[in-house]
Formats: sequence, structure tokens, C-alpha cells
Amino acid sequence: MIRRTLAIAVKEFLHLRRDWRTSLALLGMPMVLLLIYGFALSFDVQHIRLAVVDRDGSRASRDLLASFLSSGYFDLTDFRRDLSHLPHAFDSEEIQAALVIPSDLGAALAAGRQTSVQFLLDGSDSLTATTILGTARQIVAATSPPLVLDTAPVQARVLVAYNPDLLSSRFLVPGLLAFILMVTSVIATALAVVREKERGTVESLRATPVLAVELLLGKTLPYLLVAATAAAGSLTLARALFDVPIRGSLLWLAGVTLLFLAGGLAWGVLISTLADSQQVAFQVGLLSSMLPTLLLSGFIFPISSMPKAIQVVTNLVPARYFLVALRSIVLKGTGPSGWWVQAVALAVFAGVVLALATARTVRSL
Amino acid sequence: MTAAPPTAPLPTAPAPEAAVAALQSVELAYGTVRALRGIDLEVHRGEAVGLIGPDGAGKTSTLRILAGLQRPTAGEARLFQLPIWPNRRRLQRRLGYLAQRFALYGDLTVEENIRFFALLLGVANWRLRAEALLERVGLLPFRHRLADQLSGGMKQKLALVCSLLHSPEILLLDEPTAGVDPVTRREFWRLLADLLAEGLTLLVATPYLDEAERCTRVLLLHSGRVLADAPPRRLRSLLPGSIVEISGSPRQTLRAALATLPQLQDVQPFAAGYHARTTDPTPDLEAISRALTAAGVTVHTCKPVPASLEDTFLALTATPRRAPQGDP
Repeated sequence: MIRRTLAIAVKEFLHLRRDWRTSLALLGMPMVLLLIYGFALSFDVQHIRLAVVDRDGSRASRDLLASFLSSGYFDLTDFRRDLSHLPHAFDSEEIQAALVIPSDLGAALAAGRQTSVQFLLDGSDSLTATTILGTARQIVAATSPPLVLDTAPVQARVLVAYNPDLLSSRFLVPGLLAFILMVTSVIATALAVVREKERGTVESLRATPVLAVELLLGKTLPYLLVAATAAAGSLTLARALFDVPIRGSLLWLAGVTLLFLAGGLAWGVLISTLADSQQVAFQVGLLSSMLPTLLLSGFIFPISSMPKAIQVVTNLVPARYFLVALRSIVLKGTGPSGWWVQAVALAVFAGVVLALATARTVRSL
Repeated sequence: MTAAPPTAPLPTAPAPEAAVAALQSVELAYGTVRALRGIDLEVHRGEAVGLIGPDGAGKTSTLRILAGLQRPTAGEARLFQLPIWPNRRRLQRRLGYLAQRFALYGDLTVEENIRFFALLLGVANWRLRAEALLERVGLLPFRHRLADQLSGGMKQKLALVCSLLHSPEILLLDEPTAGVDPVTRREFWRLLADLLAEGLTLLVATPYLDEAERCTRVLLLHSGRVLADAPPRRLRSLLPGSIVEISGSPRQTLRAALATLPQLQDVQPFAAGYHARTTDPTPDLEAISRALTAAGVTVHTCKPVPASLEDTFLALTATPRRAPQGDP
């Protein structure tokens, strides 16, 4: 059993060594994807194109403007005394937001009266708009003299744990890792068995006493090693470039990641035993790993806000469990007590899928 | 070597020793396609049995059933007295199978391929065994070459080595020399002859009738049935009628004239003239000559010739199409 499994594994390694382009792609692709997506995918809003209409021109209005600009979120793209050009500027996307300061701002503040400034927003991108609005409110509140602030008797003092700056990269990069690792691991093995079918070598294998379990384990192990290496590289990169802290134990992290990768590889093997050509296997592998991981894992869209039926479906997506465990370990530094349920789920997924693939191979082997 | 039964087909010829391989009324259907429609076959120790027949006759299916790669739809298939399908893992340690298509890893070297299969087959001391086999087929100098970079003949020799690693008792070969040059083909058969002399039992499917002539017994398959089962020499005597060699000039006129003669069938171009099959086992050559001369042909030769296996093959596989018959 062990001898034959090893024989298959060694043979797969030889294939990987001979086909170094594919191997390099398997190793490097996760890191390249992480770089591309890591920088592109961000909910942090910066460099908002802001137009300012200052009808006051007082010291107070200049102070307010200065605090907007010094916050780092806004770029001043337009400064005028009148409102007439604003609709056109919004339409042409020259600006995303506009701050309109009334002519009596300075006078009102000097007199200790309550007053307001107008803040206009392009709401067509609601996610960005919400973030801009929050930022603008904070700035205005901070700039208001204490006298005005006193009107609110109860104040919430907010403390954000684990990610005090609310950097979306801290939240997104672990999800991105799950996404990338899932896609690469599924693709890696999706081609492994079907390739033997296409080349006709499966006929030779079938004429030997090799068992389906041995064949599939032997095929999965080398790719597990490759995928684990790629995962380690990606995590290192995430830490160096995107300030993702790794607070928990590396050992736990490695364990959970291996479980997750095993599930992905097993899924690829299952596809491989069902597909008839490498092309079909590749397509199915890509779709079935990418879409659920992207949409149904809680990577971007919170599972709790999905319809009940879809929530049930998400139970079948391994990335869902990995994400919880990964974020716990990486961001919170939690031990197994915080995510053992997820780890068990990952193990069950890998085991069940590999068993299905084996049953399927037994029939064709 | 066991004597082959005198006439075809051979269903229950009492054998001195139980057959190494035996198929009884084996049928195989892929969906609605009936690949085998009742094959009977017995192979005894030390025999070299050739499987011939047109494409789609069922040669590959028969071999795959014997190799435990395919479960028969009906009938009984035994190897070493054991039903094949339920015991296939055990039996595969005792049989060697050479697939029709090159089924080794092109991106692995000769030696890596051998090591892989040796480990799967559980061959002890495979290095020694492999070296001896490689030496024997003349591949030793190429053992570090990638299999894809071998010539067609060398690939087949490598496949042969891989199928012999575990010292099987019976070797099943599916068109092992298809697309291989004549010199290598002869070498390959010399190897097979040596193996046979060492006591290995062979079952070879082949598209080449000259190869079938080297076998101790030949099975002619057609549309999933055994049409004939006899030693090659005796198979030729199964030809209905006899073969006449006719040549003359002008050739065009001869061709046209031959087509009009009712006593001739299957006129095939052969060397300078034609081979024609007569329905009558003792044809009236005088009458044929006269008819041709009357048609304006200068007849050079008109003589009976011994039937080749090819003549028999063509005649036997053609007959059922003209006049449908029951099982032979």
C-alpha cells in the first residue's frame, strides 16, 4: 500500500519536474494573484475628488477646509465661490463629493449659534459613498468648536478590536488567500487523473494491482506539498506587503491550511475522475472553486445577510470554514478553542470528497 | 506444445492440461453496441495464439477481458481456472498486458517508467531484472532517454519490458507492432519466439497476417464472433473454393474479362496479374483460359496457387455479408 502510493507520488514529482512551467505557475500564481488583487481589492476609500464651494471665506471656513484636506482622504479638485458648476462636475465624474460652506459660517460660530455645512455626495457607488460620508462626519465633528458638540448628552466611545484602523486589507487578504489557494489546489489536481485518461496511460495502471486509494493519495500528496509551499509564500507576502499580522501560532495555521488544501485537492481529484478531457476538468475546476469561494464563503459578502436557503448552501463551501479559522488565527491569535468546529468541518469535507472520488475511481479502475 | 484441435471451431476439445485462459460464450456490449457476440477460446500453456480479424471484430475487447480490464456482459472468462473479473487484482500479478496505444509516460525516462511499474507490480530486485530485460531488447544504452524521444519500435520494446517485469505466465499483446518498421517488427517477433521457447504463453492480436503465420494457432474474429480457429496452415484449407493466379495482356482487357466470368469471385490484383477465388474447389482452368482468349486476352499464366492466409481471411470475412449464415 505505502510502496505503491509512494511510487505514484514519486512519479507525479517527476512529471512536475519535467513540466517545470506548470510547476512554476502552481507555485508562483498564488503570490502573483495576491499582489494583483491585494492592491486592487480594497474598501478603503482614499483620494476622493472633492469640490469646495466656500461662500463665506472666513477664518472658520478656511480651518474646516484645511482639516478636510489634511485628513488624507480628500484631494481638492475644484474651489469656487458659487454652486452653478456642481451638477456638471458630478455628471462628468470630475468630483465625487462637494463641500458647500454657507456665507454665515464664520459669523454664526463667532456668535455661538448652531449652524450647518452642506455635503454633497455621488451616491451611485453606495459602498464608497457610505465610507466618504462617515469620514466627512468625523472631520466636521472634530473641527466643530466644543461649544457646539455639547448638545449631545450621551456619546459612544468606540473601540475597534483587532483592526483598530479598520483597514480593509486586514480583513480581505485572508479571504483572498483562501480564494487563491482554493483555485490553485483544485486546478492542480483536476488535471492529474484526467491526463492519464487522455494519454491512455490509465490502461497500463489498470493492468497493475494498484488500488484506487493508492492512486488518488499518491496523486494528491505531491500537489499538497506544492500547494503548501505556495501558501507559505503567500502568507509571508501578505504579512510583508499588506500588514496582515500573524498573531496566532504558526503550527495551528499550518494545520488548518493543510486541511483546507486537502479539501481543495480532493475536490480537484473528484472533478478529474468525472471529466473526460483536461479542458472540461479545467473549466469545471475553475468555476466550481472560484464562484462559491468568492460569493458564498463570507469573503466579501457576509453570510449572515444572505437569504436562508443560500446560507444553507454555504455550509458546503470549505472556504467558509477556513476563513473563520484563518481570520481567528491570523488577526486574533485564537487557539483551537475558537475554531475547532471549522477545522473538523474542513477535515470532513476533505475526507468525504476523497471518498467519493475513490468510489468513482474504483468503478472505472 | 499442446496440439491444436483438428477442426474449427473448437468448443470442448479435451485438453491434456486445463487451459491457461478460457472464454465460454463471452459477450460484451457497450450500450447498444455488441462488441462480442459469444466468443469461445482456449489457450494452453506454451501456445502462441494469434487473433486476427478486421477492425471492430472484437480483438481488443477479447484481450481486455482476459487482462481483467473489462467485465464481460455475459459468459464465463477464466484465467488459470479462476473467474477473471472478481480475481483481477490477483491475476494481474500473473499476466502481462501490452496495450494497443503506447500507454507509458512520455515525460519519464526509460528507467523511470520501469521503476514506476516495477514498484506498482511489487517486483523484488527490479534493477537486476530490468537490466537483463533492457539488455535483451537492446534498450540498455537508452535507459536515460525520455520515452517520448524513443522511436516507435523502441517504445514498443519498452512497453514489452514493462509488461514482463513481474515474470508473467501469460502475455497479452494488442497489436504490438502496429506502425513499427519491418526490421524492428522481425526483432520483436524474434523476442516473442524466445519468450515462447522459455515457456511463456502468448496471445497476440495482430493486423499483419504474416505475423499470424508465426503463431501456433490463429483465431479469426469477425463481428464479435470466432469465424475460425485452427493452426495457420490448416486455416488456409478452410477457404471455400480455391485460388487461381491469372496473368495476361492487355491488362485492362483482362480485368474487364475476369469480372464477367461467373465462376470467379474476389478478383484481387496480385503482382503482375490477379488472384481470383473460384467457387469450385477443382476449377476448370481450360474453360477460364478459353473464355479469356475469346475476350481478346493473351493469357500468360492460369494456374492454381496455394491459398495464402490473406486469401482465406478475405474470403471468410466477406462470406457472411453476401449470404448471412448462423454461427460458424
